Amino acid sequence: MTQLVLEQALNGLQFGLMLFLLAAGLTLVFGIMDMINLAHGSLYMVGAYIAASVAEQSGSFVLAVIVAVGATAIIGALLELAVLRRLYRRDHLSQVLATFALILVSNEAVRMIWGDQPVMLAMPEALSGPVEIGGFMYPAYRLLIVVVGVVAAASLYLLVAKTRLGMWVRAGASNREMAQAMGVDVRRLFTIVFAIGAALCALAGALLGPLLAVQVGMGESILILAFVVIVIGGIGSVRGALVGSLIVGVSDTLGRALLPTLLREIVPLEIAASLGPALASILIYLLMATILFWRPEGLFPARA
Amino acid sequence: MHKLKLAALLAMMGMAAMAQAAPQNERVKVGMLSTLSGPGAGLGVDIRDGFNLGLKHLNGKLGGLPAEVIVADDQQNPDVAKQASEKLLKKDKVDFMTGIVFSNIMLAVGPSVFENKTFFVSANAGPSQLAGEQCNPYFFNVAWQNDNLHEAVGKYVAERGFRKVALLAPNYPGGTDAFAGFKRQYKGKVAEEILTKLGQLDYAAELAQLRASKPDALYIFLPGGMGINFIKQFVAAGLSRDIQLFAPGFSADEDIIKAVGAPMMGLFNSSQWAHDIDNPQNRKFVADFQKDYGRLPSLYASQGYDAALLMDAAVRDSKGKLDDKDAVKKALEAAKFQSVRGAFKFNHNHYPIQNYYLRVIGKDAQGRITNKTVGTVFTNHADAYASACKMK
Amino acid sequence: MSFYVESRRRRYAASVVLAGLAAFPLLAQALDQGFYVSLMSRVLIYALAATSLNLVLGFGGMVSFGHAAFVGLGAYTVALLTSAGAVSAWVAWPAAVAVSALAALFVGAVSLRTRGVYFIMITLAFAQMLYYLIVSLKTWGGDDGLPLAARNILGAGIDLKDDANFYYAVLACLVATLLLVGRLIRSRFGRVIQGIRENEARMEAIGYPVFGYKLACFTIGGALAGLAGALLVNQTGLASPNQMFWTQSGMLLVMVVLGGVGSLYGGALGAAALLILEEVLSGYTIHWQLGVGAVLLTVVFLAPHGLAGLATVVARKRHG
Repeated sequence: MTQLVLEQALNGLQFGLMLFLLAAGLTLVFGIMDMINLAHGSLYMVGAYIAASVAEQSGSFVLAVIVAVGATAIIGALLELAVLRRLYRRDHLSQVLATFALILVSNEAVRMIWGDQPVMLAMPEALSGPVEIGGFMYPAYRLLIVVVGVVAAASLYLLVAKTRLGMWVRAGASNREMAQAMGVDVRRLFTIVFAIGAALCALAGALLGPLLAVQVGMGESILILAFVVIVIGGIGSVRGALVGSLIVGVSDTLGRALLPTLLREIVPLEIAASLGPALASILIYLLMATILFWRPEGLFPARA
Repeated sequence: MHKLKLAALLAMMGMAAMAQAAPQNERVKVGMLSTLSGPGAGLGVDIRDGFNLGLKHLNGKLGGLPAEVIVADDQQNPDVAKQASEKLLKKDKVDFMTGIVFSNIMLAVGPSVFENKTFFVSANAGPSQLAGEQCNPYFFNVAWQNDNLHEAVGKYVAERGFRKVALLAPNYPGGTDAFAGFKRQYKGKVAEEILTKLGQLDYAAELAQLRASKPDALYIFLPGGMGINFIKQFVAAGLSRDIQLFAPGFSADEDIIKAVGAPMMGLFNSSQWAHDIDNPQNRKFVADFQKDYGRLPSLYASQGYDAALLMDAAVRDSKGKLDDKDAVKKALEAAKFQSVRGAFKFNHNHYPIQNYYLRVIGKDAQGRITNKTVGTVFTNHADAYASACKMK
Repeated sequence: MSFYVESRRRRYAASVVLAGLAAFPLLAQALDQGFYVSLMSRVLIYALAATSLNLVLGFGGMVSFGHAAFVGLGAYTVALLTSAGAVSAWVAWPAAVAVSALAALFVGAVSLRTRGVYFIMITLAFAQMLYYLIVSLKTWGGDDGLPLAARNILGAGIDLKDDANFYYAVLACLVATLLLVGRLIRSRFGRVIQGIRENEARMEAIGYPVFGYKLACFTIGGALAGLAGALLVNQTGLASPNQMFWTQSGMLLVMVVLGGVGSLYGGALGAAALLILEEVLSGYTIHWQLGVGAVLLTVVFLAPHGLAGLATVVARKRHG
């Protein structure tokens, strides 16, 4: 029983941390630039594809992750310079339309380069088995994801809380005009923030690649969860994104694991099996609606 | 709406319909609607490639008439499939349809195909509904009924003496058919029945549940990308040490072996076909498939190939008069073609009566990891739903 | 150009388009291209759905990201009623409108307490909850959806099974919807709603019950979406949860923005442009989405007020 609970808790943590990598970039872009970027998930997809290609060519998973993160950061910066920059002053609807168009374009571009079928990204051989700690068994690779996720979250926190760049970011998120008046080069700041967001996406894409499938459309399914996370956490707040990610990750996993078992006691299997995951999915949105009802600006509002 | 206008409209349509009646068939149009993108794409691509190879062996003709194949992707989405089939039926006006992989898609698309009086030769999807009460003169399945391969494994697992088996499948008609089929032959204790979301890729929660319930064997039905991910994660979680894994041929064919590799060794599975079944047709099929596509064919490819051969026989035996629906139906029922699996005939519900084999994954003479046939589980086996079908 | 002339010109253009649409099935049948009749039915249905969203979004100023849920509810209502024996369109379709209106009333009542992005997300949340609920209900077909055995019965000797008849029924519904919405936005109610969109605080200060007006607008939009759903399930023969998924809501938004936010014909124009563009491009290349994406980007940057805005600008330049 302890094994089961601990294992499911770790699964939830792992999922939550990966969501955080996506949500962190999204919340900064949203908070600082006041921009809805639906194409954020596309960067996650592109990162995963690049990682798969590099791993295939070089045989090194570590190299694949590093190249994917670097290359996607550059792609993100270029995207910001070429297209997104022109959208900051536009209303949210134009941003939705333009970034939706970007999703279509990047999906098709990926399909033209890598084909329709999912691409394989193998996990490192050494980590393909379980680790055993005092009778507790857990897949080594998932443990690695948890560790990398924690390290990434911690470094992002240090970056935002302790560095000059972080100060600008916080200033930009709480009051853009004030930051500009203080002499922050907002245009360059935006490009940098965007590149960081893209890099985090690629990290999540490369790490999740071996567990899930690297395929066209992988970005859209996770994007909406990332949006839920940042709305729960409060737009613009990195701390909010972390808390929101963990709430969503843990409640989704626990809901998926425990609800069917509980339901099986009361209703037939077939109904329980489909009702369980559905209720777990509803749980997340129910949570969001409830939180918004009581705290209309999320748990940690960034704007003063 | 003015009634007058409507009447005029109807009159015009009637004239248009008469004008185009009874042309001589100069060619055969086949609508290949299959899953060609997403996690289930491997299956659809194999069916398409197998079908194309069959057509190539027939010199691009079906029953002597030049064949045109129109390919469409259903994206494993019933809505998309509906629209695509609408286009194939009404715009391209195809003579045959084939290709659908997943049973839920088949059940969604079926009614409009049958209403249009177009023959559907299924190279995969074989839902129980269409085998039983809803059997249809326009539906033929050249592969199997969904339950069959599961029944074969169920029988084998029972014979091996496993007493506590867990079952896992996606929550869709094919998945529930899998449980029904397995349990028809396996009467022992079922430790757990887990239904997951169709297309699910992360099985962490289910694996933790299995670790807790400790079955001695696990039967999985997870076609395509789902199976690849599950088996990898199953091994990564360390469960392969204590739980013996079984699967139908769908979860243990070349597409999955290629992706998973060595952890698949020793997995027993069932199939109505294997690439080492010895007959001239099969030897030619396997050799040419490898030559053309650079990989071993899967059972899906063999089914696609057989679908092409069956259509060929039907066009030939109905003398190319494809508008004579009764003649085409009789020709399809006769199924005068040489299947790569050996003996093949249709039951009265248009599903096959055939043998089912046991295969095990190991290394072949050339050191490749692949399936090897080790025995016959059923001979001349029919499905359990045929008795509910009123069709003669 | 005087307002009178412009409105007369617009009415003239609308009647030309209507005549073209009415003649379309005759032409298609004559050319033995019956498929295009059912394609156009689909276009008109989405035009209706997008028009209903434009009422909420363009005139009411509420960015609803869950509009597809109301379309889907309409579809499920019809499928369920039909399988229960209520095959008459005169029963099933109004029922779909009523169910969707009720749902919109509830969702609106809760969601309208939030603003801006949070409103977008809370409407999304409700739509997703409904989606997952439907997916989980095995008796309603779950993931696979609920098939409609046959199209509803209209009576008066008009058989909707015939694609051309069905097309005319859809066209009639669309025209009625456009007339209704057009009248609505010119009415006192419409002027208040647009006033709220421009300056909510001021309208509140004047003494208008802002919440009530917005809720009414949201509910009417939902009701019309229900009608679109009723038609959609008759067209495809399947009520599917995919019709309620957030990507569908996103597509409706894209149609409205593409066509022209807050323009009477904007929704219809956007739906037609997007679906026809898809159909045409997919005939040429399997990478048609690339083309659609490029066109959308061009529209965002070159025609900020959508196609309807573009048409007005062109007309002004030519005649101004």
